[in-house]
Formats: sequence, structure tokens, C-alpha cells
Amino acid sequence: MNFDFSDDQKMLKDQARKFLTEKCSTKVVRGVFEGGAHHDAALWKQVAEMGWTGTAIPENYGGLGLGYLELCVIAEEMGRALAPVPFSSTVYLFAEALLIAGSEEQKHKYLPKVASGEIVGTFARAEGPGAVLPKNIRTTLKGGKLSGKKIAVVDGPIADFAVVLAQTSEGAGERGLQLALVDLKGAGVKRTDCNTLDASRGHSDIVFDNAAAEPLGKAGEGWSDMQRVLDRAAILMAFEQVGGADVCLAMAKDYALNRYAFGRPIASFQAIKHKLADMYVFNELARSNAYYGAWALSTGARELPLAAASARVSATQAFDYASKENIQTHGGIGFTWQMDCHFYYKRAKETGLVLGPQRAWKDKLVTELETSNA
Amino acid sequence: MDFEDSPEEAAFRKEVRAWLDANATKRSGKREIDPEDMENGAAGEMAASKAWQKTKAKAGYARITWPKGMGGIGGTPMQSIIFSQEESKYDVANGAPFAIGLGMCIPTLMAYGDEEAKKRYVWPAVQGDEIWCQLFSEPAGGSDVANLRTKAEKNADGTWTINGSKIWTTGAQFSDYGIILTRTDPNVPKHKGLTMFYIDMKDPGVDVRPIKQASGGSGFNEIFFTDVKVKDSQRLGEVGQGWTVALTTLMHERLAVGGGQGGGLDVPQLMQLARELELEDGPAIKNAAVREKIADWYVRSAGLRYTTMRTMTALSQGKQPGPEASIAKIVVASKLQDLSAFAMELEGEAGILQGDGAPMGGAFQGGWLSAPGLRIAGGTDEILRNIIAERVLGLPGDIRVDKDVPFNKIPTGR
Repeated sequence: MNFDFSDDQKMLKDQARKFLTEKCSTKVVRGVFEGGAHHDAALWKQVAEMGWTGTAIPENYGGLGLGYLELCVIAEEMGRALAPVPFSSTVYLFAEALLIAGSEEQKHKYLPKVASGEIVGTFARAEGPGAVLPKNIRTTLKGGKLSGKKIAVVDGPIADFAVVLAQTSEGAGERGLQLALVDLKGAGVKRTDCNTLDASRGHSDIVFDNAAAEPLGKAGEGWSDMQRVLDRAAILMAFEQVGGADVCLAMAKDYALNRYAFGRPIASFQAIKHKLADMYVFNELARSNAYYGAWALSTGARELPLAAASARVSATQAFDYASKENIQTHGGIGFTWQMDCHFYYKRAKETGLVLGPQRAWKDKLVTELETSNA
Repeated sequence: MDFEDSPEEAAFRKEVRAWLDANATKRSGKREIDPEDMENGAAGEMAASKAWQKTKAKAGYARITWPKGMGGIGGTPMQSIIFSQEESKYDVANGAPFAIGLGMCIPTLMAYGDEEAKKRYVWPAVQGDEIWCQLFSEPAGGSDVANLRTKAEKNADGTWTINGSKIWTTGAQFSDYGIILTRTDPNVPKHKGLTMFYIDMKDPGVDVRPIKQASGGSGFNEIFFTDVKVKDSQRLGEVGQGWTVALTTLMHERLAVGGGQGGGLDVPQLMQLARELELEDGPAIKNAAVREKIADWYVRSAGLRYTTMRTMTALSQGKQPGPEASIAKIVVASKLQDLSAFAMELEGEAGILQGDGAPMGGAFQGGWLSAPGLRIAGGTDEILRNIIAERVLGLPGDIRVDKDVPFNKIPTGR
């Protein structure tokens, strides 16, 4: 049994942390938040130059071919730093969609460009509030043309390409779904910036009006292809969430040790101590679930969907709790714009919703338990 | 990252399996026995436990990490875990009656007892012939263990006389010996006036009275000591150093306890119930609220399972488990309480039934009844949160108004 990352992987993690501490201070995050940009272009360029975008992309598609465990440790550091770059949408979603559903030709065409940082990609699925369900997908793919509207697409404003969940024939539900690959700079694509909670990343509503699109994967397999993409992304995102939750605990602890009230550090009050202990417990459970997800992802284990749902639910809960109780521990100052607490609070919600809400993942988790027990 | 044994671990596992095959039969869904059940008349179980313990001790598997000649093979903590994993696949008697003695009392005796005592007591305890209990808590103590009043007074002939009472002592009713923390000097601050001894539980001055608990069981006891005479050679550690000795015991306790799973009642049982039940809107398993709850508890259980694996990995790399092991009990005990209560809620009016007549043989009612005790025994949820806050996160200790105050000057509120 060796349920831990290797020394090499830990070294990569240290390097990533060192780099991001230096290049991605919360000043950088604040710059994106306050400057109205959709990402930090200089940081993104450096991230790509280091090859991080190609970490898990095989060498024959231009990547480093290191593997998913390596990508997991980088993801955790990206989450710690709240890096305002389109890493998760390009690497966890777009690249994974290509790896899962792409033809050899598509993989050779797009993946090297992802690995080199030449293109930003994203995944567009939701069309309105509420659950994303096969019967509600109205975006159509017909004769190589895509029409419809997707909402709140992460990194939409800066993405070059999107993988889009579309319906190939009227009223066919899940059986008609297919993924489509669209050049967002092409004709018939109209993007509108969204006003979102987490301004460290840009989001767009995207209208497709007979936009040129190529099918990605087979007709009728769009839903299951998407589930597979989401499973992998959920595990990688869980590492980002665990990283973010860890920072929240460290911030809360640091503040509580240095802030005096009633003549003593507030960290000496049990109400604060117990709150931070609970944060620690949630964070540890989430980390362990994420590790199991990392194992399942790196080995392609049969348990991958269950591991993904567990990592997702656990990490979302941990980051939610840590980010809100971090503000609470800080008191009034924690709720001011000048402090960094709110960046984490917002990112926790963004990461918790972007791949689908907890409710949907919990339902999926139980479905997986039902099948595994059958 | 993998779940495979190292070559050494695989070899040990193979050796253990071969031994178990030769000495036990494969598991066939045996009932878990705890000391409480034994007190309630399962004498046959006790005999079986003692017999299995003896078999293991002879092979060196009773205390794997202990040296040869002390009942062990000088093995690693990982080997100990491997043995437990394999043992759990066989239909063997429960080792619970020996857990406290071997987990806490005997290690303390080995650290502080004289050579004669070690020679006399270690081996009989390892092979299950003699059972030990730990006499620390007192009625006025609660989580403040050092606030104890049981007196040990030195006699002119060098012996000691113990008077007082202890409470919440697991398994005292079938114990042969116990380690007891006493106050030998009330005029100094509370942690400084304590001294540890071991005593014979069959001494006529020792009166063990089982306590009937809210769950109906009687695993705990109250014990009264009237002029119990002990020799000075039964003292463990220096006079006044009892707290240091007790900390040794409690450190072993953490290693020994390491997070029980609350009688095994968990998500699979809840799912089984949810499959069987019909709610207002159809099968319970299809109900969204039920599914959410199942998922919530599943991620806690899974998180703990994988946390244990991370700890095992650390052990296999020669690291000591840290106080982070405290998270297991906090999570398990409150999950058991909430999950059981939720299951009873699903059962509707039948939820109030108990025992065989209740749904699923009363499993959830049993869990619900034992959960409050589990949240208290071995450290309350609150104390465990303090431990995490102070020892893991490095936050300050609580303000201590009794610090540096002589024990007999500390306010008692009565």
C-alpha cells in the first residue's frame, strides 16, 4: 500500500507552489477582479511555457505525458493560488473531451495546441437555470452547423474553441445527443460577457447561429461522453477545491492567533478552536476522497464515477465550509473588499457549481452505489 | 499511488493467511461481540476470546509489534494492520476484552514496572489469561481527568492504602488487575500530586458495581475502594509523577483505539432499509432527500477509510500516526447518531420499536442508543476538537484557572 504521491510528484507540487506564490499573489487575483480583464494573460503564458497545460496529454499529441497524478498536484496549487487563468476549462474539460471522444485526427490537430498553450478551450452545456437534462438541450447540431444558446460558459470570453453539448435530432432526448467542437472565433458565434460572482474568471453567454461545428464523438453518445469528461474534471477540480479550502483554514488560523479580543488571542476561545477543528476535519476527509479519485483517474479504475462523485461532493462541502467560516473567524474585517477572504468565498461557489451542483453529484453518487451493490 | 502490498508486506500477508487457514475457519457472518454483550451473559464468548488470544500469543501474533518473548515478533505497525485485516476475514472470537489491558495498561507497566512485575504480568495478559482495566475517571472528573480524589496514603511500613471511587471503567467486572491513578498530595497543583499504581481487582476492598446505561447495557462500572492495601513495588513511576505516567497510557490509547466504526452500522445498512421502505412519494431509495443524506454520510465514511489508508502509508514509511487520528471518532460517533435517527424517521411509527420486532432487527435503534455513549467515551467530541485545535493546528490551550493552585484550594462548586 502506498496511498500517497511519490517524491517526484511532491517535488513537482513544491515547484508549482513556489512558482505560484511568486507569480500569482492575491495581488494578481485582485488585479483581474478589479481590472475587468477575464484572466491574467502573463500568468497564463508562463503556465503554458512550463508545460503544465500538457501535463497529462500523451507525448504523441504534443504533451508531456506525465500523467494524472502530476496534474492533480498542479491542480491543488492552482486552487490554492486562485490562479486567474483558463486552466480548468482548457485542461480538465476541453482536452479531456478530446481525449475521450476525439478522433485521432482531432487529437492530433488540437491537443498539441492545448499543450503548448496556443489555444484556450472550454465546455458549454447549461442552457438555463435548473438541472442540465437531455430533454432540455435545445442547441442543435445539423449538417455541421450548430444553433442554440449556452449560458455562463467559464472562460467563454477568451476561449478559442468550445466543446458543446447538442441535440442531433428533434425530441430524441439522450439518444440524440452529441458533442460538437466549435471555433468560437468563427462566423455565427456571438458571445456576451456575464456578470458573475467570481470575477477572477470570465464567463459568457454564447449564441450559436448556424456556426460551423464538427462532431466530437458519436451521435447518441454525447451524454455519456460528457459524463466521462465531468468525472475526470470533478476529480481535478476537487484538488483545486482542497487547495482553496486549505488556504482558508491557514488564513483563519493565522488571523485567530494574531487577533486579540477580551485580552487574549481569539484562537484561545473554544468557539473558534472548534470551528477550525471542524474545518480541518472536513478538509482532511475531502483530501482523502480526492486522493482516491486521483488513484481512480490515474489507473482508469472501474470505480472512477463513484470516486469522482465522492471527491466532488466532499471537496465542495469542505471548500464551502472553510471559505464561509474563514470570513466569520475574521469578523467584520473579513467581509471587506480589502481582505482576500471573499475571493475564496466566491471561488468556492464557482468551483462548486461549474461542473454541476452538489445535488446532482449526490444523486449520481447514490446511483453508483446502487449499481455497485447490485 | 497504489493499493498493492510491498514485497515484504505481501510475504507477511501470505504467511498470516497460511497460519489463519491452519488455525481458524473462514468468516461466515459472525456477530460482533463487545464487552458490554459479554457482561450481559455471553460467558461462552469470553471463553472463546481467551482461547483465541492464547493461540495468537503462542504464534507471536497477539502483539505483533512487541518484542519476542513479550508475545510479539518485533514487527512493524503495518504488519499489525495486515494481521487485523486478514483476521477479520475469519470466524474468530472478539479480542475486545484484552484491548484496554494490552493497548494501555501493559505498555504502562512495561515502561514503569520493575522486572519482577513485567515477568509476572505481561505474558498472562498477552495470552488472555488475565484481563486488565484502566482506573482513571471519577464521578466529579468528566473530561478533567486530573481532577481526581481517590487517595493513596503511605503507611509506616512503606505500603500504601487506597480509598475512593472510580467510574466509567470498561470491563472492570471481569478484570483481574487494574492500573489506578491516585492523589498522593492534595497540597500541590492538581497534576503534581498524582501517583500511579497497579492493583488486584479481586482484593476484598475493591467493590465493582456495573452501571446500567441508557442503552440498557452495563459495559461500564463504578468501583469503590475501601482501605485497599498495595505494596510500594506496585507503584508505577515516581511519587507525584502519576500524570506523566498517565500521559504514556493515554498516548498508547490513541494508538490502540484509532477510530472504531461504530458497530459497522453505516451507509450500506441505510441503503438496504431505503430499498425496503415505501414513503409518501414512493420507494425511499428514490426520494431525493434520502439520496442526499446517503451521499453526505458516504463521503464521510469514504473520507475516513482513505484517511486511514494515508495513515497506513505513513506507518509503512516508518512515520508515527499523529493526533489527526482523532478525527475518526468525531466523525464516526456523530454520523452514527444522525444516520440512525434518520433511519428511524424513515421507519415512521415503527421507528419507536426496539430489538427483533423493529425494522432490520432494531439495528438503527441500537446505533441511536449507543451513539451518545460513543460521543463521550474515550474523549468527548469537544475534547477531541480541542486536541485537533491545539496539537494539530497549534492553537493556544484553554485558559486554566486551576493552574498553579493547590488541588485542595480549587473551587468545586459544591
